[in-house]
Amino acid sequence: MKRFAQCCTEWEHTPSIHDKRDALVRYFREARDEDKLWAIALLTGNRPKRVLALPAMKEWAAEMAGIPLWLLEASVQTIGDQAETLALAVPPAKEERHFSLSHWIAFVRQTGSLSHQAQQPAIQAAWDQLGCEERFLLNKLLSGGFRLTVPQSILVSALATYSGLEETILAHRLANPWRPEELSFSEFIQFRQPQEDLSKPYPFFLAFPLEEDPEPALGDPSGWIAEWKWDGLRSQLIVRQGRLFIWSRSGELVTGKFPELHAAPDFLPDGTVLDGAILPYKDGAVAPFSMLHARLSRKSLTRTLLAETPVAFMAFDLLENGRIDLRTLPWFQRRQQLAQFMAAIDPDSGLLVSESLSFLDWSELRLLCQEARKHACDGIVLKRKASAYLEGRRKGDWWKWKTEALNILAVLIYVQQGPDRMGEPQMECTFAVWEDRRLVPIAKTGAGLTGMEQEEISAFVRQNTLERFGPVRSVKPELVFEIAFEGIQLSTRHKSGVLLRSPVIRRWHKDKSARIANTLEDLKKYI
Amino acid sequence: MPLLEFSPNGIFCAQAGVYIDPWKPVQRALLTHGHSDHARPGHQFYLCTRAAQPVIRHRLGPVSVETLGYGETTWINGVRFSFHPAGHIVGSAQVRVEYRGEVWVVSGDYKLENDGISEAFEPVPCHTFITESTFGLPVFHWKSQERVFGEINAWWQENLIQDKISVITAYALGKAQRILTGLDLSIGPVFTHPGIENVMEVIRAQGISLPPTRRLDPSLRRRDLSGGLILAPPAVAAASWLRQWKPYSLAMASGWMALRGNARRRNADRGFALSDHADWTGLNEAIKATGAQRVVVTHGYTELFSRWLESQGLEAASEKTAFEGELMDMAPPEAEVTE
Ligand SMILES: [Zn+2]
Ligand SMILES: [Zn+2]
Repeated sequence: MKRFAQCCTEWEHTPSIHDKRDALVRYFREARDEDKLWAIALLTGNRPKRVLALPAMKEWAAEMAGIPLWLLEASVQTIGDQAETLALAVPPAKEERHFSLSHWIAFVRQTGSLSHQAQQPAIQAAWDQLGCEERFLLNKLLSGGFRLTVPQSILVSALATYSGLEETILAHRLANPWRPEELSFSEFIQFRQPQEDLSKPYPFFLAFPLEEDPEPALGDPSGWIAEWKWDGLRSQLIVRQGRLFIWSRSGELVTGKFPELHAAPDFLPDGTVLDGAILPYKDGAVAPFSMLHARLSRKSLTRTLLAETPVAFMAFDLLENGRIDLRTLPWFQRRQQLAQFMAAIDPDSGLLVSESLSFLDWSELRLLCQEARKHACDGIVLKRKASAYLEGRRKGDWWKWKTEALNILAVLIYVQQGPDRMGEPQMECTFAVWEDRRLVPIAKTGAGLTGMEQEEISAFVRQNTLERFGPVRSVKPELVFEIAFEGIQLSTRHKSGVLLRSPVIRRWHKDKSARIANTLEDLKKYI
Repeated sequence: MPLLEFSPNGIFCAQAGVYIDPWKPVQRALLTHGHSDHARPGHQFYLCTRAAQPVIRHRLGPVSVETLGYGETTWINGVRFSFHPAGHIVGSAQVRVEYRGEVWVVSGDYKLENDGISEAFEPVPCHTFITESTFGLPVFHWKSQERVFGEINAWWQENLIQDKISVITAYALGKAQRILTGLDLSIGPVFTHPGIENVMEVIRAQGISLPPTRRLDPSLRRRDLSGGLILAPPAVAAASWLRQWKPYSLAMASGWMALRGNARRRNADRGFALSDHADWTGLNEAIKATGAQRVVVTHGYTELFSRWLESQGLEAASEKTAFEGELMDMAPPEAEVTE
């Protein structure tokens, strides 16, 4: 367990994604095989159930420390974390003994089946042979408080480096149900699962942002077609041998997250790969992305959540048809095939097809682009009619053109962080725009930030705090973000006089300085 | 009137008219050691141990300093004063004050573990013991310094493999020398920030042998330091200064590193819990060894620690001082960790 504790510490200490990944690779290289799967389970949020609450253990720790309970409680107050205080207060083990992570997981489970009376000697004996880091980890595991979770993309990348397997294969194995107690690590690595080749997605082709006006940059408009730029979770929907696989663009197999789409194999022929976006879709209309965002951030799907934010898959490309790879075909031919078999599909299947928008000239397209917001889109994508489906983000054939409406650039001024010890940081950011050389707050949100971005912001906050007000810190106004919102209204309750509806952090503009943020005046134009 | 009292200027002995570690300018000051929160400028006359004098002169300039050896006695207006090793840093002392059979001891800062550089702590029997309480919570239990040095050397070795420079921040007086003596110099060369090297020179000049170090000067480039370890004062180790050593690993050495998150909150890659103050066990042992019935608790967790002592049957009081504990070992601005 010592090695795993060290891995967690290294992960927490470095802000660099590269170093975090390396810490995992080193762990996989050095850890015992029997522990690796447990480590993966813990780091992906599958922790053992809580055995007992920390306060129940306080007296046991005080007894071992030879101190009165009030002093231990006061220490908890000062240190701030119960699991840590208990681990530190128990006098250091005379002789540390090292057992594997899986040993201690088994211990946690056994302890769960003991009576409260029998738990005391068991836990005290455990503390008596562990170093502090390990005691801390054990306390977190016993109390169900282990909360360090690792983004799947980093975990998969580290496992791929360690094992030499392809990332998609590993992602597939992680996404399928597996239990560390029923599987060994070598089984996990060695035994190919029959569907994993079946599940393989194609590399995504991504549109390049169009910075200049299409005229004359893109030439003759007749060579181009436009599609709405759907504001959703870009994904590939794969049906092969009657099985369904949905991959997100970040390389995560997300099939389980979208039960609404599980009937897709009934509608789609064998050997079909659709490229599209998963969208919140309610009462026959596409809903704002923020709804889906809320659903994605939840660990488990509840009935209410599913009822509140149903989804649909909006297909815009066909990559495989009848098991034939279509990617080298020109777009219009792929599109024809897509249209053909989507026409036959029941609209209740949750599968939709994105319309193509034709236009005669660039000015007509410009008008379309302005309208995107009405369709719950944040712009349009321009595709060359003759384009093949390439890999990655490239200039030339696919361009994304964002509507400028309802997007502003704002400066981060306050940050409030939730508990972050071994926990996922929960961050609330307050953003401001300029008014007469002053920054006035206009929105408070944490939505839209990735875990990595949160970490990076935390690192910035640590070095750039100006003032603290309780848990809130004001920071140097340096970071610029694009904030998307659904609407704006006047408000007398807010200092700025406006209220943004459903603000979501769209993008962190690391290359921009606070000076270029919008003004309150810009914002008021949207009212 | 008590033999020693806590005045707005510092700990005062009215009978002798002298202060111990005063924080406001006074006529006559007895100093326990050379750390800046104990040895302040502006007093008329200073008295300290012989071993503490070079550093105090180095820090305070040409002030009037008299010295005493450990155990030697000086009488001031009928009050008997003597210095006794505190084990905190080179030359650090507890001050014993005796008048008409009543004995008080002012601990200054102290630790019980013998670090091989400071004169090892000696308990001094007394009636009233004025103790620090920087780490006076039952969560602080130091590992032996051999073990911490083992961890530091392993970290250095690991960085070497990854071609990172090891940067370790430590207070220039005390912590830096202690770490230096624990480093395994077969791993690589040790470089010192001028702020640390200046103090090293003072200490070497007083006849204390320290392993070799090389002063960082502007002619040195990243490649000249390959595989090396840099000792730097905490205040210097900001991102702007560190950038030139990329790739590097940054570690901090302080008792505060015993708490998770402290290193991380300061953007350090590693924290080594190494302190020149007594831990929980050390404080309790030291107090017991003095045989004192009355204990006055200063800088640190004063309230909790004195309440604890009372629960152990001692007469205890807490007093506010301007001493700072081990904050000097920590990078600003997040020094809020202590009370
Ligand atoms: Zn000191
Ligand atoms: Zn002090």
